Amino acid sequence: MTFSPELEARFEKLLKSYPPGRQRSALIPMLMYAQDEVGCVSDELIDEVAKRIGVTTLVVNEVMSYYSMLHRKPLGKYHVQVCTNISCLLNDGDKLYEHACKKLGVSHKGVTPDGTFSLEEVECMGACSWAPAIQVNYDFHHFVTPEKLDQLLDGLKDGSPGGARNGSPGGSRKNGSPGDPGRK
Amino acid sequence: MLYNEPSPLETRVLSRLFGLPNSASIDTYLANQGYEAFRKAAGMTPEKIIEEMKISNLRGRGGAGFPTGMKWSFVPRTSAKPKYIVVNADESEPGTCKDRVLIENDPHQLIEGVLIAGLAVDAHAGYIYVRGEYRYLIEILDKAIAEAYEKGFLGKNIQGTGFDFELYTHTGAGAYECGEESALLESLEGKRGIPRIRPPFPAVAGAFQCPTVLNNVETYCAVPAIIRDGGAAFAALGIPKAGGTKMTCLTGHINKPGVYELKLGFPVKQMIEEVGGGIRMGHKLKAFIPGGSSCPVLTAAEVEGATMDYDSMGSRKSMLGSGGVIIMDDHTCMVKAALRIMKFYAHESCGWCIPCREGTTWLKKILERFHHGEGTRADINLIGDISRNMLGRTFCPLGDAAAMPTLSIVEKFRGEFEDHLNGKPCPYEHEMVTA
Repeated sequence: MTFSPELEARFEKLLKSYPPGRQRSALIPMLMYAQDEVGCVSDELIDEVAKRIGVTTLVVNEVMSYYSMLHRKPLGKYHVQVCTNISCLLNDGDKLYEHACKKLGVSHKGVTPDGTFSLEEVECMGACSWAPAIQVNYDFHHFVTPEKLDQLLDGLKDGSPGGARNGSPGGSRKNGSPGDPGRK
Repeated sequence: MLYNEPSPLETRVLSRLFGLPNSASIDTYLANQGYEAFRKAAGMTPEKIIEEMKISNLRGRGGAGFPTGMKWSFVPRTSAKPKYIVVNADESEPGTCKDRVLIENDPHQLIEGVLIAGLAVDAHAGYIYVRGEYRYLIEILDKAIAEAYEKGFLGKNIQGTGFDFELYTHTGAGAYECGEESALLESLEGKRGIPRIRPPFPAVAGAFQCPTVLNNVETYCAVPAIIRDGGAAFAALGIPKAGGTKMTCLTGHINKPGVYELKLGFPVKQMIEEVGGGIRMGHKLKAFIPGGSSCPVLTAAEVEGATMDYDSMGSRKSMLGSGGVIIMDDHTCMVKAALRIMKFYAHESCGWCIPCREGTTWLKKILERFHHGEGTRADINLIGDISRNMLGRTFCPLGDAAAMPTLSIVEKFRGEFEDHLNGKPCPYEHEMVTA
C-alpha cells in the first residue's frame, strides 16, 4: 500500500516515538492519520498497519473496533458531528441534530447519496461552554443555530474551503472567535 | 484564541498569558518568565521539588483531586526501568472544555510542567495523550514541541543542565474511558482502552509497565507557577488543604458561558450571578452539577452558601470534579437530563465490568421508557436499585460515574419522575427552548 510522503514521514516518526519493542503503541495513531488519507480503515490498511508494527490483522481489528473515531466504511467528504450531550442538550443540541437529519436527509452514521456529507450524533466533544457545538471533520463550530448550520452546509456543498478534511488550525480558529456574537 | 470574554473576577495564574498576541509561541512564553521555573527546578533536588509541590496543596485537576506532590512521591527514587511522564489530555467529561483552552493558548506552560515533573522523578521521556477530536491541538502541541527542541528546551542536555527529555504527542481515537488513567495507559500501548486492576498503581507500573507520573493537563500547567513563585504562594490562593485556582467551565443555562480561572473556594452564587451573568432569560436555578456529568447533582437549595472547592462540594455529597459546571434552570426536564447522561455512559462503558456494562444499558432503557410516558411507579425504585448495585463494583470509576448522578436525580427530583407517569407526554418538553 502506498501513502503520501507526509504520511510516510509521520509513520516513521511514530514508530520511533515509543521504547524499543513497543511499536504496537503506534497502532491507533497510524490508523487515525491513515484514515484521513485513505477515507476509512479498509481491509488493505489493516493488513498494512499490522505488517508495519508486527502484529496480526486480528489484533488490529480487535483494537480498532473499540474506538468510535475509526471507521470501517468511508464517511462523507464532510463528516458532520453534532453533540447532543448534556451541556449541548441544555442549549437545544438535540433539536439541532434533528434539524441536521432533515437538512441532509440522513440519520445517525448515514452518508448522503452523493458522498458529500455524513452525519453522526456524537458524545461530548469538549465545547461545552460554547454550546451547541458541532465538528465538521476536525473543525469546531460553536453556538450553532439551525440557520448557521444551513449556511455552513450550503457553503461546503458549493465548495467553500472552510471545512476540508484535515482542517488546518486556521480552519478551526475561524470558528467561535471573540467576534462570535454567542448568546445574549 | 479565547472563545469568551474574560471576567474581572478571575485570578489569572494558569491563564496569565491568555489574550497576548501569539500567546502559544515560545517567543511570547520566553518574554514572560517562560521556562524560568524549569531553570530554577534544575537547580533543586528532586526531593525539594516534590516538597514544594506538597506545600502548594495542588490536587489533581482531572476530577479525582488526589494531592499531586504525594502522587509524585510514590514513584520509586531508583528504578532499573526507565520512568515516564504521561499527560492526560483526553478531556471528555461532559461539561468540561478547559484543557482545550490551556493547550490552545499556552502549550509551553504544559511542556514546562512536564519537564519539571521529569526532573522531580528522574524521567526522560513523556507522552501527551490527546483525545482524537482535538486534532488541531495536536498540531499546536507538535509545533510547540518543535520550537522547544529548536531552542534547546527539549532533547539532550537541556539548557546545559545535563538533563535529557524527549516529548511526544499521541492521538486517541474516540473513547471516554481512555480518560481513566489505567485505560489511557492501555490505549497508549496500542490496546483497547480497558482499565487495569490496581495495585500496582501507575507510579510503580504505568506506561510500558514502568514507573509513571500521570496527571491531567491543568495539573501540569500549575507546576511552573508553583516552582517560580513558590508552593506557599500557590497554596495561599486557595483554601486550606487545596491550593491555587481552578479552570472552571460554565455551561448550560447561563448568560455568559465560558472558561474562567477562579480561586478555589469561589462562592457558587457569585460565580453564577457575576462571572456567568446569571441564569438565562431570568429563570431560576433548578439543578447544579459542580464538575462534569459524573458528579451527583445538587438542588438550588443545596448550593446556597456553597463554594467551589473539594470540601464544600464534598460536604454536600457531591464533588468538585473536573470543573465542568452544568447549570440547569427551572424549565429543565430532569428525567430527560438523567436519560441523556445515562445514554452517554451506556455508549462509553467499555464492557469490561458487568455491573457497568449491563447497568448503564438497563438504566438507559428504563429512563427512555419513562421519558416517553411509559414508565411505572415501580421503575422509579428500580432506577435507584440498579444504580446502587453498580456503585463500587467496577474496576474503574465509570460505573460510579454513571450511578451517582442518576441516584441523585431520582432521589432529589422524584416528583418529576412521578409527573411522567400514566402515559403522559413529558410535562416539560415544550418548554425546552433557547433564547
